[in-house]
Amino acid sequence: MSSVPMSHILFVSTALFFIGMYGLFTRRNMITMLMAIELILNSVNINFVVFNKYLYPDKLDGIFFVIFIITIAAAEAAVAIAIIINLYRSHRSIDVENATEMKY
Amino acid sequence: MSASAIIFYIISAFILGAGFLAMTTRRIFRSAIWLLFSLIGIAALYFWLQVEFIAAVQIIVYVGGIVVLIIFSIFLTQQSGNQMPKQPLKRIIASALAVLFGFGLTFLQIGKYDFRPSTKNFDWTVSKIGSQMLNTSTGGYALPFEVVSMLLLAAMVGCIVIAMKTPVATNGKAQEELLEKMKERTEEELGITEISEV
Repeated sequence: MSSVPMSHILFVSTALFFIGMYGLFTRRNMITMLMAIELILNSVNINFVVFNKYLYPDKLDGIFFVIFIITIAAAEAAVAIAIIINLYRSHRSIDVENATEMKY
Repeated sequence: MSASAIIFYIISAFILGAGFLAMTTRRIFRSAIWLLFSLIGIAALYFWLQVEFIAAVQIIVYVGGIVVLIIFSIFLTQQSGNQMPKQPLKRIIASALAVLFGFGLTFLQIGKYDFRPSTKNFDWTVSKIGSQMLNTSTGGYALPFEVVSMLLLAAMVGCIVIAMKTPVATNGKAQEELLEKMKERTEEELGITEISEV
């Protein structure tokens, strides 16, 4: 366990975060953008668990944050998919470029 | 290099590879499956970190819930075999540069900071998590717990309201009629405004 320095785990979570950012920047399909957001939230979860385990092992706050983030991510995904399907019904497309009238 | 370190590097390579493929493949269904593998890899990382509870929650909620929901919505909204349109090269290069610079900056900061891991053992049990979750004194998480329950209720009601069918809008024929009516109405309004301007 101690054979892996903490910065290597942080490297993984940072890389995962920026992979998610790349997906969010390049994709124009709403479902794939939602997937990118899920990746970003997961990288944050890894960070919380690692910081809790390595730096403050006598506390549990990181684990609570992870549990709440997972809950909120599930709620967010459900609402987002409801919106996407409703948008698809009315526009026949889930491309964000075609949904600009939602801006106002 | 010990066995646990080798396992860690295998798991992290799996997570990053699957995540990268999920964000770059142009078939949306494959993208969802790669995301599924990436999330399973993250659960494996939690197992490696010996927080089995979070790993179980990760598998149940993400793999069993969110990815299945995403796959359902893919089937509902488009042909899964079709390729997504290619993005312009300019956008890909710009976002890759932005992401690489951001990654470099963040990782430089991480490398500069000297983390001193505590030597104590990480002692969590599910009963400890549960009693602190519903504790109302300092350090307890009773209030966020209740707030999250309200949020879940709001999300559920919101989903129902969004997905509720308005009888006119979902029926194709009725929708066309509605559109025609709206056209007529706008024309009438236009006529009225022209008259009023005159």
